[in-house]
Amino acid sequence: MIALTYMRFELLRTLRNRRFFMLSLGFPLVLYYLIAGPNHDVRNLAGTGVSAPLYYMLGLASFGTMSAMLSSGGRIAAEREVGWNRQLRITPLPARAYLAAKVLTAYVLAAISIVALYVAGATLGVSIGAGNWLAMTGLMLVGLIPLAPLGIALGHHISSDSIGPAIGGSVSLLAFLGGTWFPISGHGFLHAVAQELPSYWLVQASHVGLGGHSWPARAWIVIAVWTGVLTVIAARAYRHDTRRP
Amino acid sequence: MPRGATVALLGPNGAGKSTTIDMLLGLLEPDRGGVSIFGRSPAEAIAAGAVGAMLQTGALIRDLSVRELLAMMASLYPAPLAVQEALALTGADAFAEQRTHKLSGGQTQRVRFAVALVSDPELLVLDEPTVAMDVESRHAFWVTMRGFAARGRTILFATHYLEEADAYADRAVLMASGRIVADGPTTEIKAMVGSRTIRATLPGVAVEVLERLPGVSSAERRGEAITLSCADSDAAVRALLAEHPGARDIEIVAAGLEAAFLALTAEPAP
Repeated sequence: MIALTYMRFELLRTLRNRRFFMLSLGFPLVLYYLIAGPNHDVRNLAGTGVSAPLYYMLGLASFGTMSAMLSSGGRIAAEREVGWNRQLRITPLPARAYLAAKVLTAYVLAAISIVALYVAGATLGVSIGAGNWLAMTGLMLVGLIPLAPLGIALGHHISSDSIGPAIGGSVSLLAFLGGTWFPISGHGFLHAVAQELPSYWLVQASHVGLGGHSWPARAWIVIAVWTGVLTVIAARAYRHDTRRP
Repeated sequence: MPRGATVALLGPNGAGKSTTIDMLLGLLEPDRGGVSIFGRSPAEAIAAGAVGAMLQTGALIRDLSVRELLAMMASLYPAPLAVQEALALTGADAFAEQRTHKLSGGQTQRVRFAVALVSDPELLVLDEPTVAMDVESRHAFWVTMRGFAARGRTILFATHYLEEADAYADRAVLMASGRIVADGPTTEIKAMVGSRTIRATLPGVAVEVLERLPGVSSAERRGEAITLSCADSDAAVRALLAEHPGARDIEIVAAGLEAAFLALTAEPAP
């Protein structure tokens, strides 16, 4: 019960930050229309078997949701700057509840971003069955799991004056290698690297939108390994972060 | 520290007050030794909601009203004060509906104090709480503190003002360079560090002669200027004028806390 009130205010606080909200929601939408708009009648994008509006809907959703997940890092860094993390450490709030609130907030933002992109996708003619929408969304939400500890680790390691580039850079890199901007295919080095990244599998969830292949075993393993490693790093970062700013 | 006491942790900047408080609150691990609060570890005492603290550095998170922020913090404790009561105690009720990032410095301090109080803690820890306050807020702050102490709560506050320790604590612990240099009732500490210094212009009298004056504990000379550190400045100034009528430009000043610390912690001269 304790943490519910805390989570409610944490969420309220994030949604009240209008500028952040509009920017983080607006950018992926603008980019989506810029990229997918001119190609809205491409039915088979670069041999992927997926239409351009669908592919980029998932591509930009991955971009938007990754930003949303990592934005928890920005909020943590801002709290650390004013010493609020230390103030929280001397309350009975358990670490688990604190971290859960950060993850929940990030997921709420990510969910809003997904819905916005789906609506945008529909305006460009993306039309798939209800079951496929659900499967696709489910896979995306799973694919985002490793981003939650990544945001927390960044927030506890990096100060607020450099968290912007850290998050922006991470999202750009993950998005580029994940195939947000153009499909990564073939058997080159880039493709090999991309397949080891959670962002690649986020975008690949678009195949499910066509009733195609679900994630292969490899995707699940990649997500699990990233989640495990990043959770250890984030937990350590949180524990050590009690010094005076 | 016994339950129910109000203790001042007194020391100049860099004495180790905040480090001590950080260790007490479990924010820092001591290199050696241990910390116990009400017979428990800091983590256990904090988890039980027995400790409230106002840290030295810090501001408030944004995008909540003062009332919402306090409600949020109160929700984390097993038996908090009513939010309205914490607001009233700290005088923050006048701006309870304002957003936290639109407050003045003094208002922010009041809210931070309210955050520490809203948990209704057994032990209240305050790290230099009045530093950013104006005279009026400072007065109001201490009135609230007194009321809180009267409810039998244990209070530890760090300060570098001797007057604050003297006026509001039962006991003062003096720290310098990470060590305790004195610990006792505030009256005792005040006497110990409350020495005065006499400065005057007086050529031609040897330092040894001046040191023999009643009330003088040590003397120094720089050119024509002399400095007498006194345990009893009244006796010293009478004797000085009686025996050396040539003394002029006489100044008597209270030795600051810094000077007292230096005296207490000085290495004996080789």
